[in-house]
Formats: sequence, structure tokens, C-alpha cells
Amino acid sequence: MTATGIGAPVRRKEDQRFVTGQGRYVDDFNRPGQAFAYFLRSPHAHAAIRSIDTGPATIMPGVVAVLTGDNLAADGIGGLICGWMIHSKDGSPMKAGPHPALAQGKVRYVGDHVAVVIAETLAQAKDAAEAIVVDYEVLPAIVDTAEAAKASVQVHDVAPDNTVFNWHLGNREETEAAFARARHVTRIDLVNNRLVPNPIEPRAALGEYDPGTDTYTLYTTSQNPHVARLVLSAFIGVAPEHKLRVIAPDVGGGFGSKIFIYAEETVCVWAAKKVRRPVKWTSDRSEAFLADAHGRDHVTHAEMATDENGRIIGLRVHTTANLGAYLSTFASSVPTYLYAPLLSGQYDIPAIYCEVDAVYTNTAPVDAYRGAGRPEATFVVERLVEKTARELGQDPAEFRRRNYITQFPHQTPVIMTYDTGDYAASLDKALDLADYRNFQQRKQESARRGKLRGIGFSSYIEACGIAPSQAVGSLGAGVGLWESAEVRVNPTGSVEVLTGSHSHGQGHETTFAQLVSDRLGIPIDQVSIVHGDTDKVQFGMGTYGSRSGAVGMSAIAKALDKVIAKGKKVAAHVLEASEGDIEFKDGKFGVAGTDKALGFGEVALQAYIAHKFSGQDLEPGLKEGAFYDPTNFTFPAGVHICEVEIDPDTGVTRIDRWTAVDDFGVIINPMIVEGQVHGGIAQGVGQALLEGAVYDQGGQLVTASFNDYCMPRAIDLPSFQVGMTVTPCPSNPLGIKGCGEAGAIAAPPAVINAITDALGHEDIAMPATPQAVWRAAQKARMPMAAE
Amino acid sequence: MTTVSLTVNGQSVTADVDPRTLLVQFLRENLRLTGTHVGCDTSQCGACVVHLNGQAVKACTILAVQADASVVTTIEGIAEGGELHPMQSAFREHHGLQCGYCTPGMIMSAIDIVNRKGSDLDEQTIRAELEGNLCRCTGYHNIVKAVAAGARAMARAPLQQAAE
Repeated sequence: MTATGIGAPVRRKEDQRFVTGQGRYVDDFNRPGQAFAYFLRSPHAHAAIRSIDTGPATIMPGVVAVLTGDNLAADGIGGLICGWMIHSKDGSPMKAGPHPALAQGKVRYVGDHVAVVIAETLAQAKDAAEAIVVDYEVLPAIVDTAEAAKASVQVHDVAPDNTVFNWHLGNREETEAAFARARHVTRIDLVNNRLVPNPIEPRAALGEYDPGTDTYTLYTTSQNPHVARLVLSAFIGVAPEHKLRVIAPDVGGGFGSKIFIYAEETVCVWAAKKVRRPVKWTSDRSEAFLADAHGRDHVTHAEMATDENGRIIGLRVHTTANLGAYLSTFASSVPTYLYAPLLSGQYDIPAIYCEVDAVYTNTAPVDAYRGAGRPEATFVVERLVEKTARELGQDPAEFRRRNYITQFPHQTPVIMTYDTGDYAASLDKALDLADYRNFQQRKQESARRGKLRGIGFSSYIEACGIAPSQAVGSLGAGVGLWESAEVRVNPTGSVEVLTGSHSHGQGHETTFAQLVSDRLGIPIDQVSIVHGDTDKVQFGMGTYGSRSGAVGMSAIAKALDKVIAKGKKVAAHVLEASEGDIEFKDGKFGVAGTDKALGFGEVALQAYIAHKFSGQDLEPGLKEGAFYDPTNFTFPAGVHICEVEIDPDTGVTRIDRWTAVDDFGVIINPMIVEGQVHGGIAQGVGQALLEGAVYDQGGQLVTASFNDYCMPRAIDLPSFQVGMTVTPCPSNPLGIKGCGEAGAIAAPPAVINAITDALGHEDIAMPATPQAVWRAAQKARMPMAAE
Repeated sequence: MTTVSLTVNGQSVTADVDPRTLLVQFLRENLRLTGTHVGCDTSQCGACVVHLNGQAVKACTILAVQADASVVTTIEGIAEGGELHPMQSAFREHHGLQCGYCTPGMIMSAIDIVNRKGSDLDEQTIRAELEGNLCRCTGYHNIVKAVAAGARAMARAPLQQAAE
């Protein structure tokens, strides 16, 4: 390992600009003549729009235009789309209601887009929005996930019982048979609480139209600018793909919420042409709470069957998933193919059957949020496994170990073929780091102080490195999920890598450069990573699902192989040797068995000056591209152990220790990987202890600011003990599995298992606030009194 | 419009502003000092922390006119002579940032913590003092390490200056 190669904790190249305030996020861009957009949003969860009178607003100071859904329709602009088709059990396609960027006849959630004001200043746009007169016929609303299918309220005409689809996966008959012969059945009811992603940078969009060239530019807070361009052009129809440039510059966190193509960027591009001015919109935090796609929101009943030897023989799950008022870009894939295929966890379970009913409600759309389906699956599996172990009177760690998959590859009953792993190795290391053997002593010591101590395990697995295109196509995806890369070697030997991956905190400018440095033997300072601009990078699928390493970097590795192959041809001409005799080692092209060699930079120069070979023999230049389509998902897995101490008098839960042992395959930069683990755990702890989006029965979001929605702060979290085990991924050239979502997937059940262990009471909902924990503690003490 | 005059990062600035202009808007839009960020509208997130007359303030909680005749330092103003401030270096060295959006506010708050609490900061003190700054990426683990290291480096820096 070199100081900057694969495996080195290289300090990040991008940090110089971020620590000095020189990062450039969308809201930092300003274009000449720019006007500001402000969206008038629905104050009602459900209402018919009888009329909109924009007249009083248009004459307000500074107003450039006031536009509504009628204007959109008149210009033939299409609605927002959901890019993953799910079919119900009966074979019928999911019921997708219309999703216009500005409301047409009806609003379906608080925050829905009614009209847009474009004005000289943002303040003027806001003032004018107050002068728009909307005549609403307020309708009853449905917000409750479990009640939606039974409600008399109908969110979309196409879905009479508010049901988007009734989907299933697994082997039903075998599962029923397993339960019929089970020695013990464990049952659990779970709510996976609705979350708001809340990257600290709010979404923003800046649209610009150049009438001279009839071209459009959109600066947007996107995790996948090419996908945004494709959807905006091919489906929504605001601009032709070849005339639309989408730029996603520095982006301040995404966590899934910036994958999707929203109303606001659609409107900014469209309106920029309409008013012949650049149009800028920046979300405020209240708008982010109302209109960014939310995450999770499942209601689940699940059962686990075990035999006389304490082996898991069956799992059946019924989940109702709330998709909100409209189908967001990838909403339908989250509670289906990103969820049920992970229900086998790390365990050898021969029979699994899962049913998912997806429903519409008068709430913000729900889509992928860090982990996307996999945290929900892991919460089901790890809560059930823990409860089963307790009911059987077994040690939770040993119960898990007995049921671990140990032979690979392993075909689960729910699609996935796990390629490799060593789950017991992670468990052993985690037990050691967590000092599990002395837990009882610590528990007694806490008890002496009147505190309740508990320990919780989570043996999670996830499927990432998303994804083999053919496989996801067969499951309903509208796109392929390969990645592209182009390696441009300059005549001076410096290198630009153009990648379809997008960095919004992941540190690609450093890790991708480490790969190039490792392969080409050049300093990382000689490598630039170019991303986030559709005019520079030809195409790419973007960053989500921990795919940038496993898929994005594999594409770069493939392109680097081609560069080296071409370099050998150039070197052969210059060194007057046969191509087969050229070796590339330590950054030098040499003739095998001789001391004749050329440095990488010399070969680059020779490739461009082209003096030593004829154009008939070899094309000049040194630039290669590659598309990499994975052959399987990757399967990071690990064990997290959470130890809590609860004050039964106040219900306050303090996380005393956190141990994480993860197997991410080959690691490029351990410093960055550990940082991803820390951040993921924090979001998982947030879900378990603090965060929850709450709508009242009328559909008002009562947690619509940082005053009301409890984000994890430094004081809420401990320092984390992070360890690694490594089984290289066999399906990609770098052996990478991915690390971005692990913490968010592992953490919630670890926390809740620890709290239920401490309380000796299983029934605790997330977020386990002090009030909820206090109530549960009272029930555990005096089961009758607290009822 | 109202006229404000203040000193920002050592430069005298005078401008006419709409009286409702927040200090953060003035910095970002009038002066194009876009390192100071806006992450919320309730003064909770701390992405906009700057120093006003030497003390940390959330630039979204005060009007530009309230900063009249004041001295303001932003994230762009703390590196001297091309050398990063010790707290900036510590955030980079300890991977105390990922997306970078909360980072300017974190660093400005961290310097203020050292100014108020001294350079020998334990973990609980740092965590408690960061109450007004939200980060969604790092889980705070490395921010806490960075602040502790930056605090120690700030204590050394004046000694080095004195020795030179």
C-alpha cells in the first residue's frame, strides 16, 4: 500500500474549499438577470380547487409572472413520474395517479404546489404569493397508514381503495407448512416511523434559457444529474435531452432525498424560458419538511417460526407501506424489491413469504431515504430474532450464530444470492470489542445507581452496489443501473476522470483519485475527478444505494485497464519492442527482461505527439471510456451492539456504548468509510430515539421545523467503536461491497433491542422518546397499573 | 432602504439594504460571501454562524441593520496569509466534515467555544457546546475529535507566534 493508494486514510482533497467557505452549492450560483421563484403551497391536506385568481398578485411590485397548473398544461408539460413498475399479485399494474408539477384541479397534501410567483426579489415573490386568491373546496383527508385502504376518502380516482398495489414475494405454501410444524412461533407488530431526510443543505434549482442557442441549463441539488435530465426531457418534456445541461455542483448531503425529480426544478426550467430570465428557487427548511420526499412509514405484522433445535424455519410478514399523496420517482421499489429480498437477513431461513400493500394518503410522497427498504427489513428481522431468542430463553448472540448462513453462495427464498461473507467473524469481533462477557457486571453496577442497563444486537445485511441492469429490468425498473467512466490522460501525464457517480459528501475526489494513483502510479495531485455536469460527463446513473464504489469505481477500473492497454501499444512503438513484451509496473512501461522503460507521463506525451507511430497503426491520444454493469448486488453485513442506560424516573435513554463491526469488502479509504459508518449510525439512532414525522388527523404536518422535529445533536450520541472484517466481494474487480447505508440499517433494531432488554418489556415504538420509555418502564414495573 | 456600515473580514463595507434584510442575506447576497450557509429558518441548525464583535452569532437571527458599526468575521476571514486557521486544519485532519455544508458554522462555533472555554476541552463539554449546530453526515464523532484537536492547536499557535 502506498501513502495515497488503495487502503490509505488519505486526507480529503475537497476539504480545502469546504473548510475555507469556498464550496459552491446551488444557492451560491447567481446568473445575470436572475429572478426568484416562490411556490404557493396548499394549506389543506385534501381539497378541490374551484378557482385560482392570480390577478391581484400579478400587479404586485416586482412580479414578473404568476403561473399555475393551467399554464403548464397549456404548454404540454407532463407530470412527474415513478420509474419502477410494480405489479400486484393478480398481475395488474400499480395504480399511478396523475402528478402534475403544479396542481390541476386538486391538492392532495399540505405543501402541494398550487402556483409559482416569479419576481425580482424573493421577498417580492413571497409578498405576491399572499395575494393569490385560491377558492378551495376542502375535502376530508386520510393520513393513517393502516387505515388508508379502508377509508372513505379517496386520494386518486384511479385507486378506489387508496391501494397502489398488493404485492408479494416468497414461497407461500412452504412458509405455511413451516409454521404448521413449528415448535415455537414468535409474533410482533411494528411501526417503522416516518422520517424526514433533512440534509442540511435544502434543495435548490436555478433554471436558465438561452434563446440564441435554444438551450437550457439547470443547476440543481441532485444526486444523479443525468437521470434528472433524462426524466425532465423524455417524460416531463420541459426541454430536449441534447439541449438541456444539468449541473449538480457541490451538494450538501442527500441521503436519498435528492435522487428524485421534483416539481420545483421542473418549474424553474420551464419558467426560465417562459419569462426569458434565469429563475432561482431555494427551499427553506419548512418547505423541505413539507415537500421533500419522506422515508419509511411502514406498519408491519410479522411472525417467525422455530423448530425444536432453535433453528429458524419460517418467516411471514405483512406490511402496509404509506407512499404518500403521489408516487415519487422510485417510491414503488422501496417497500418491494429493496425490502422483501432482505428479509432473510444473515440467516438460513428456508421459507419466507412477504405481502406488501402500498397505499396513498394525504401526506408528502414517501421514497428512498438512507437504506431505503433495507432498514425496514432489518428492523423486522432483528426485532423478531431478538424476541424469539428471549422467548426461547437463549442468548441473543448465540441464537443468531446458530442460525447464520455459513455456506456461500447462498440462495435465499426471496431472490437474493449472497455471494460471500463471514458473519460469525463479525459477531466474534463485535462481542470482544463490546466486552460482552462483562455486561452483567455493568448491568448490576447500573442497578446500584437505580438505572436500567440493556444490550441490543443487530446482525444486519444489505444489498447494495445497485444494480445488475438486466435483473432490475426484469423486476420493473425503468432504467439500467450500470455506471460509466471516462479516463482522459493529458499530454503532461495528468489525468481527469469523468464519472457518472456524484459526490455529495462521500469524498469521491479523494477515493477515486486513490484508485487512479494506485493503478497508474501517479500522485493523487495529478488526478482530477469531474462529476455532476451533463455537458462534461456523457452519462451516469448517479450516487445512491452505496453504488459509487462497487459500480462507479469498477467502471473507472475498467477504463484504467484500457488506458494501460493503449499505453502499452504506444510504449511498444517508442521502445521498438513488441507489444507483448511491454509490462506496466510501478508507473512505468518497460520491456520485459531489460532496463528499457518509459514513465507514464512520457508515454502520455508520445501518445499525443504521435511521432513514433503512424496513424494507420495506432490512433493518437490517450483517452478511454467504460460502462460497467454489475453481475450481482453486493452484500455488506455486520454486527452492531448498542448498550443503553435508562433512567426509569425520567425515561431518558443514554447510549453508553456503540460497537460496530462491518464487512464492506475491500476498503479504499478507511477514514472515509468509518465516517460513513458514524453518520449512518447517527441517522439510525435518530430514527430509534428522536425523529418522527407526525401529521394530525386533518393532515397538517405538526413536525415541520427543527423546533418540532428532533434531529440528533452531538450531545445525543456517544463516540462509536468501529471495527472491520473483510471478505472481498467476488463480483466486481475491486472487491468493494459498499458502506453508505450500513449504520442507518443496523442501528434502529440495535437501539430498540437494547431498550427492550433494559425494560424487560417488548412493546416500545420508535422514536423511543423519554415519555414512551417512561410509560413502558411503568408498565414493566406494574403491568396493571399503567394500563 | 437603510444604510449600514460595518467591517467584514477586515474590510469596511457600506450598503443600502431593505430593513428586513438578515445579516446572513447581506453577507451572501450583497457581499457574495457564500461560505456562510442557510440550513433552516428557525435558528436551529447553526450553518450561518459568524463572529460579531468577536462572539459567535447565528447570522439568520439578526438584521443587517443591527450589525451596523460592528465587526463581522466569516469563514472566509479566518485563514491568515494563506495558512488555514488551526481549527480549519483540524477539521480536515480529523475528517470532521463530509458534505461541507454545516462546516463553516461548525468551525466558527468551535473557535468561539475555545475562546469561551479554553483549549483543554473534554468530550462532554464539546458535545454540549455544539448544541446549536446540526450535522447530518458525520454523526459528530469526528467533529468532536476535530474540535478537541483544533482547540489544542489554537493554544499552541499564539506560543509559536510569540516565539517567532
